[in-house]
Amino acid sequence: MSFPIADNLVLNDYYHAPYSRGLQRNDAAIRTDAERTVEKYDIRTPSAMVSAETLSGGNQQKVIVAREFEGEVKLLVLEQPTRGLDVGSIEFIHRQAVARRDTGVAILLVSAELDEVLELSDRIAVMYRGRIVEILDGRTADKEDVGLLMATGGRGSGIQEPLAEVAS
Amino acid sequence: MIARVRAVALVPALSVLLALLVGAVIMILTSPLVTGEFSLVLPLQAYAAMLGGAFGSLDAVVNTLVNATPLVLAGLAVGIGFKGGLFNIGAQGQFLIGALAATTVALALNDASPVVAIPAAVIAGMIGGAAWGFIPGALKAYTGAHEVVVTIMLNFVALAVLSWAVSGPLHGDNVVFSRTNDIEAAALPIIIGRNGHLGILFAAAAVPIASWLLYRSTTGFEIRTTGANPDAARYAGMRPRRVIILTMALSGLFAGLAGTTEILGEVGFLSAGYATDVGFDAIAVALLGRAHPVGILFAALLFGAMQAGAGAMQIQADLPVQMVDVLQAVILLFITADVIVRRVFRVRESAGELVELASVSRSYGGDRAA
Repeated sequence: MSFPIADNLVLNDYYHAPYSRGLQRNDAAIRTDAERTVEKYDIRTPSAMVSAETLSGGNQQKVIVAREFEGEVKLLVLEQPTRGLDVGSIEFIHRQAVARRDTGVAILLVSAELDEVLELSDRIAVMYRGRIVEILDGRTADKEDVGLLMATGGRGSGIQEPLAEVAS
Repeated sequence: MIARVRAVALVPALSVLLALLVGAVIMILTSPLVTGEFSLVLPLQAYAAMLGGAFGSLDAVVNTLVNATPLVLAGLAVGIGFKGGLFNIGAQGQFLIGALAATTVALALNDASPVVAIPAAVIAGMIGGAAWGFIPGALKAYTGAHEVVVTIMLNFVALAVLSWAVSGPLHGDNVVFSRTNDIEAAALPIIIGRNGHLGILFAAAAVPIASWLLYRSTTGFEIRTTGANPDAARYAGMRPRRVIILTMALSGLFAGLAGTTEILGEVGFLSAGYATDVGFDAIAVALLGRAHPVGILFAALLFGAMQAGAGAMQIQADLPVQMVDVLQAVILLFITADVIVRRVFRVRESAGELVELASVSRSYGGDRAA
């Protein structure tokens, strides 16, 4: 947090090229790449060298998202990636997530926003009491199905099961 | 850049100013003991004498530099620890072990050429200090033993080891006291003035080296990240245990070099009663310098100047040299209790400042072990 945005952005990659030359950090490369990333992810800051703790929460989150999205990865776990962000940023992060998917990155999205889950996911796994109860197709799943599965762990039988438990 | 320097340096500078004022009040209150009556000009005389003694002539300036040399090196040692989130109180012990290792090698090479003896003794001193820093680092990394406690205890161990070595295996041939023979081949040559030895250049070189290490090298990034946020460091794939051990060893290396230059350049032999507070003054220097190499350089020059000027102050103003200890202590008090300074001068806290000292307060509490 106290470090410049640029340092935060290279946290996972600081030790190899192009950010490091032997023992020495390549500050020029770190800085130009950070400036590019700040531009690309629309991080609102006077410069890539200001400390990350001076940013608003939403912009801090964008820094983290940018760092993870820009890395060379096979799997991305996104937990509440857009929480607290403004509409434009949410839209942007969603588009980036889909773009990463299209390049072959597996993405596991964990979110409390049902709309986000329904909009982005190819497949939706619904958990109830710590277990996955059903995996739905993202194109056909609707809010009611997902909501029912989340609340009761099943469909149709509806509300009886939890009620029965309360009774016993 | 200028704004940043100002934000970071303002409170230390004001602390020094405030300490000089408090010192003046103490001098005025105690002036009847010196002059027989209350004297309002005594502080002015004292500070003028001190200034003259520190900068008044070439020898005075050289004296300041010689006094500042071990403080720069040991101050960097403590500062590197701060950057890594470690409070190295053991600079004193690392200083002594560095001095002992350097002396051992220097005495063995007393008949060799200085070209061989000096580098060998200096490297031995750095390794000795690094080894003495490695111990608390490893203990912290693998057992969670707090470095503050371990380094304090190792200070006593270091002193005991030194006494044993000097009164036993390294005892001089024709000396009554517990001390070694004079160091000859490895004695650092005088390069300026009456006593300006080569160690001054070591200290001058150490500042940019430490800066590079902390701010430009990948290792320094690991040290600073681990110090600022151990969780983030672990997340990024850094190995906190390795970094903790490395930080303490590097810290010890600088402290060991401080002891080396002091013995090879200034003292010329090692004695069992070798009394020095450099390792502890270094903590004050590192705090005053906000753990930044350049800040530490200025802080060490200030303390070096005060120590160099103490003699002149005693002679001309009739005040005891211990007045300088009082001033140093008051500076340290204001630096650590910076709320007082902020109140007096109405300075607001800035983000940049908090960062520099965050590791100091954090290293007292919480679970920071790997």
